[in-house]
Amino acid sequence: MKNTKGKFVDLDTKKLDIEKLKELDAYIESLEDKEGNLIHVLHKGQSLFGYLPENLQLYIARKIGLPASKVNGVVSFYSFFTQKPRGKHTISMCMGTACYVKGADKIFDAFKAELNVGNNEMTEDKMFTLKDIRCVGACGLAPVVLVDDKVYGHVTVEQVKEIIDKYRKED
Amino acid sequence: MSNYRMHVMVCAGTGCEAAESKIIIENFKEELKLKGYDQEIQVVKTGCFGFCGQGPIVKIQPDNVFYVKVTPADVKEIIEEHIIKGRRVERLLFEDPKEKVKLEKHDNMDFYKKQYRIALRNCGFINPEDIEEYIAFEGYEALGKVLTEMQPEDVIEIVKASGLRGRGGGGFPAGVKWGFTKNSPGDEKYVICNADEGDPGAFMDRSILEGDPHSILEAMAIAGYATGANSGIVYIRAEYPLAIKRLEIAIDQAREMGLLGENIFESGFDFDIILKLGAGAFVCGEETALIHSMEGCRGEPTKKPPFPAESGYRGKPTTVNNVETLANVCPIILKGSEWFSSIGTETSKGTKVFALAGKVNNVGLVEVPMGTTLREIIFEIGGGICDGKKFKAVQTGGPSGGVITEKDLDTPIDYESIKEIGSMMGSGGMIVMDEDNDMVEIAKFYLDFTQDESCGKCTPCRIGTKRMYEILERLTNLEGDMEDLEKLVDLGNMIKDTALCGLGQTAPNPVLSTMRYFPEEYEAYAKREKTKSYRIDPEKCIGCTLCAKACPVNCITGKVKEAHVIDESACIACGACFTVCKFDAVIKP
Ligand SMILES: Cc1cc2nc3c(=O)[nH]c(=O)nc-3n(C[C@H](O)[C@H](O)[C@H](O)COP(=O)(O)O)c2cc1C
Ligand code: FES
Repeated sequence: MKNTKGKFVDLDTKKLDIEKLKELDAYIESLEDKEGNLIHVLHKGQSLFGYLPENLQLYIARKIGLPASKVNGVVSFYSFFTQKPRGKHTISMCMGTACYVKGADKIFDAFKAELNVGNNEMTEDKMFTLKDIRCVGACGLAPVVLVDDKVYGHVTVEQVKEIIDKYRKED
Repeated sequence: MSNYRMHVMVCAGTGCEAAESKIIIENFKEELKLKGYDQEIQVVKTGCFGFCGQGPIVKIQPDNVFYVKVTPADVKEIIEEHIIKGRRVERLLFEDPKEKVKLEKHDNMDFYKKQYRIALRNCGFINPEDIEEYIAFEGYEALGKVLTEMQPEDVIEIVKASGLRGRGGGGFPAGVKWGFTKNSPGDEKYVICNADEGDPGAFMDRSILEGDPHSILEAMAIAGYATGANSGIVYIRAEYPLAIKRLEIAIDQAREMGLLGENIFESGFDFDIILKLGAGAFVCGEETALIHSMEGCRGEPTKKPPFPAESGYRGKPTTVNNVETLANVCPIILKGSEWFSSIGTETSKGTKVFALAGKVNNVGLVEVPMGTTLREIIFEIGGGICDGKKFKAVQTGGPSGGVITEKDLDTPIDYESIKEIGSMMGSGGMIVMDEDNDMVEIAKFYLDFTQDESCGKCTPCRIGTKRMYEILERLTNLEGDMEDLEKLVDLGNMIKDTALCGLGQTAPNPVLSTMRYFPEEYEAYAKREKTKSYRIDPEKCIGCTLCAKACPVNCITGKVKEAHVIDESACIACGACFTVCKFDAVIKP
């Protein structure tokens, strides 16, 4: 099947990891108001699978008894949800105002150049996904970069290579 | 707290935790145990002290000594010197930037002197994960008083008389709002705490939730009693994992002690609270959008009326209040409306918390009485501009607000006066900009934010903000002209008049206000007089290659001992070359 952009979409829910689905099922079962908690179900799904592929959205829609279009409408509305797989590490550049006025955009450009990817893209070797996020509330450390959950504060353009190399070396 | 002779208070707010305060806490615990002091000295994990730019912060009580920028490696020295020998660790004390003297008590620091803490009263003083500590600081006394001594009408009267207005941006009187919900017919009603804090660069609400979660739960229960609601919901952004965790712990503890749940204080009043998570959409901070999001839908706003007070969550009467608004409720109940209304200005009572950030020396949370001037906030509390640079402007109201310049710095700030000078109170974000900041780029930044966050429901906002953004992009790419400036103003005013919700109605503000105060910067772009990239002066460059090595995008080329050249199309204007050059050969754009 093709989606609206003409890309093929895999809607085969049988391809999903059974163990993870069991956990998701148990979570959905535990909810009284399933429809009203769609966003919570999607959070759970994303934390289990890492992202929300189309077949998982369809699975959730059927499980709750909602049209798949409604589920997709919600997924695509909120920036926290991603429909694309992520690299091993996610590099999140804070683009909140406090970080911006201290040059976050320059650092973001340096990451893009160094990793050769755009915003919300994964590197070819699947090591990193680069994305921008809004204020993480550590404005005192601006500009701030998160690699997975680790916070780097007062980041300079010169440190970009160092940070990336550190993770490349670890693996 | 009483069995210990000394307390080591370590900030575990988001900023300090990011700077390894967790390890500092562990090191303290281990080291104290090793030395056999763990029965005498308690390590307390607290919420945000507010002085985030100096974090991680460690405070030793009862000596009231305040250590700043502490690292895990400093723990041993603090224990050996201060705790065991009773000597101060001088090097970790805060140095007053003006007087160049070390200060050991926080009350003597300019940053704290002018502050008046009501909403932040407990932040940094108690362990937010321990309900006993909250109770020790008058916690749940206000709820007890309300449930056992007061009628719902009395509660609403006190809040009305106090003059408390909504801190989420609108400034609507909280007591009046509660009255509307109370008078709306219906046996099922809701209290919602808006913890979506969407303004990027603002972190007041998060710090309150992380540092003093019970104060919000207690206030919600009071609002429930006053309005006739038995259910409360905190709508909180998923990007705030620590605040979510602290709230969950607080709710569990309150339930266990019977302070939430059925028949609270034997009064027959039932009230319980649950959390609902957001998923990253700025517009969900708008109350109707927020309610749709809570119902599991796309967070699109709808027309008001009906107001949530008549028909809100699940179509029932609902009170929506901001975190900081709620944080003021318990002190008002305990100390009375006269006390609260004696603080502030004619129209705006009490205090306001600002998240002071950007190019200012003392970054952090600042709570001041309404009517304090921006000059006091930025230059006294904030310690002035970083690196001795010149102040240029301050943005309040986030992406909905505008810039305030030097000439208005002495205006006493309240809801009304800040509107008169062309900005708005907003939720409390305050971003300071210096001479290096390009105001057109700043306006573009905000518009990029709003056009990205526009929910798409109404055309003026969806298409209009996009077109405005394109014009700004054209200008900054030096492809625009003077006509574009007129178009920006026309389009901006049109969007303001026709957009459906507050997001669109205010989205053009950052552009319009920077155009008003910095027209010359826009004209420089429109007349294409600006350059975007750095350049190298071939006369001065000796070919040391330092700049080429520092360039993160490798756009500088040249042989050793020959003048280097910057590829202007690839330059991202990061300034790395400018910083490393020892021969003044790099020219700023
Ligand atoms: C686009 C938009 C975003 C908003 N974001 C927030 C927010 O993040 N937090 C908040 O408390 N109020 C926000 N508001 C205001 C709410 O709609 C509402 O007025 C507020 O939560 C009411 O609480 P209060 O009266 O206690 O301020 C926003 C409004 C608009 C139009
Ligand atoms: S703006 Fe980046 S942490 Fe707040």
